[in-house]
Amino acid sequence: MPAENASPREHERAVGLRVDGTDHRVTVDVRTTLLDALRDRLGVTSPKKGCDLGQCGACTVLLDGRRSLSCLALAVAHDGAEIVTARGLAESGPHPLQTRFVEDDAFQCGYCTPGQICSAVGMLDEFARGDPSYVTADLDEPGDLDDVEIRERMSGNLCRCVAYPNIVTAIRAVAAEDER
Amino acid sequence: MRALRYERPADPQAAVALVHDTAGAVFLAGGTNLVDHLKIGVADPDVLVDISHLPLDTVEETTEGGLVVGANVRNSDLAAHPLVRRRYPMLARALLSGASPQLRNAATTGGNLLQRTRCPYFRDTSIPCNKREPGSGCSALGGYTRYHAILGASDHCVATHPSDMAVAMLALDAEVLVLGPDGERAIAVEDFHRLPGDEPDRDTVLARDDLVIGVRIPPPRTALSTYRKVRDRASYAFALVSVAAETTIADGTVTDCRLAFGGVAHRPWRAHRAEAVLLGRPPGDDVFAEAADAELAEARPLDGNAYKIPLLRRTVVAVLRELHERAERGGTA
Repeated sequence: MPAENASPREHERAVGLRVDGTDHRVTVDVRTTLLDALRDRLGVTSPKKGCDLGQCGACTVLLDGRRSLSCLALAVAHDGAEIVTARGLAESGPHPLQTRFVEDDAFQCGYCTPGQICSAVGMLDEFARGDPSYVTADLDEPGDLDDVEIRERMSGNLCRCVAYPNIVTAIRAVAAEDER
Repeated sequence: MRALRYERPADPQAAVALVHDTAGAVFLAGGTNLVDHLKIGVADPDVLVDISHLPLDTVEETTEGGLVVGANVRNSDLAAHPLVRRRYPMLARALLSGASPQLRNAATTGGNLLQRTRCPYFRDTSIPCNKREPGSGCSALGGYTRYHAILGASDHCVATHPSDMAVAMLALDAEVLVLGPDGERAIAVEDFHRLPGDEPDRDTVLARDDLVIGVRIPPPRTALSTYRKVRDRASYAFALVSVAAETTIADGTVTDCRLAFGGVAHRPWRAHRAEAVLLGRPPGDDVFAEAADAELAEARPLDGNAYKIPLLRRTVVAVLRELHERAERGGTA
């Protein structure tokens, strides 16, 4: 059936989303991205809209446990998903990465920070699992999470205030704490 | 973006039938390319047929010692798979060089093969592009061509294929497993992507109702392989040029080799001429350069991309030298 003749309901879907530990049920237009569903429909404004084209990383959330870009995910395709945002990471006090970002001055305007935090959480999980990166010398046995590795693994998150050196410092500190 | 319908078929056959029977229907997998294109107006479907929930998400070892990779296997999972890391380091590195970690967590094996060019004129719906709007003209010709093709282009299109993974798959002689209305078939990666000719709107040989269900990779010939990507920044950028290479060196001569290039043509480019030069020759920079030159003899640079010829030449030599040095040290990975 051509879309023009379809009733509005055919362009909508009800989806269930568990966001930062709370279950939601919301009817969305098929075109609605996860980012817009979170921000505009559920009032979860922690993930940010930067480029909205998958180029900046500001919208990064943990989607079913993996860091993912909510601006390129359609909500209808993720019915039943569990989403954790930077806000959700702080439910029982600040996450160690959030604490270190503040202590190490790892942001200026802060717009990219929720995405940086979620991305760093996902990245530390990937590293703990033994996943290699493009700069890993031995694909079978990734070595230390040094600054070169952190930069490569965080390259999907842009910071227009160029807080990169302190972002690397903060992540390195948390990774070292994790090892102990 | 116009209003869309959404369907979630129960199995691959139903997905193919839906797209076959429904005008304006397209497959949706990870969405990293399609959702972007919906937003900027490059794609304008009526119906999304979501295949991302179909169980095409396993990596299976074949009885011959190769792999069958499901179309829905995420780029990140394929790169981290122990057998890929150990036996096909070229493929792991190609995957890890592509996009960003967040994108690799969503992007699928099938979608990676089908991603469309990043030519800025293709992405700008306000200006002509033969790939987006057949017959409208090519705005890249006479325009900004830093990222464009030096091999196999036509008067109709000079765009490049953006995939890294597909370059490695091509060098590995992988086959794309396709389900169409008439059943399953396998298409060699080399025959899968097209040169632009006078139909640049067709990136591949697939019909619109053909569904990629997986990729079959032959058993490894050698674990001495790698992928090197040269780009404008160290990470999270498309290739200016890239080289996938594997070599086997025995008794002082190259006895087997596979070479493929990215960033230089409308499809991943298999360097058969270069391979022919290398076979049976003693490894060394002179021979490596001779091989690169053989492949680049037919290169046709545009105003903005002549730099790619010496850059690719140097990259081929550097990659082959790296493999040779590793072979001499007795290393593999």
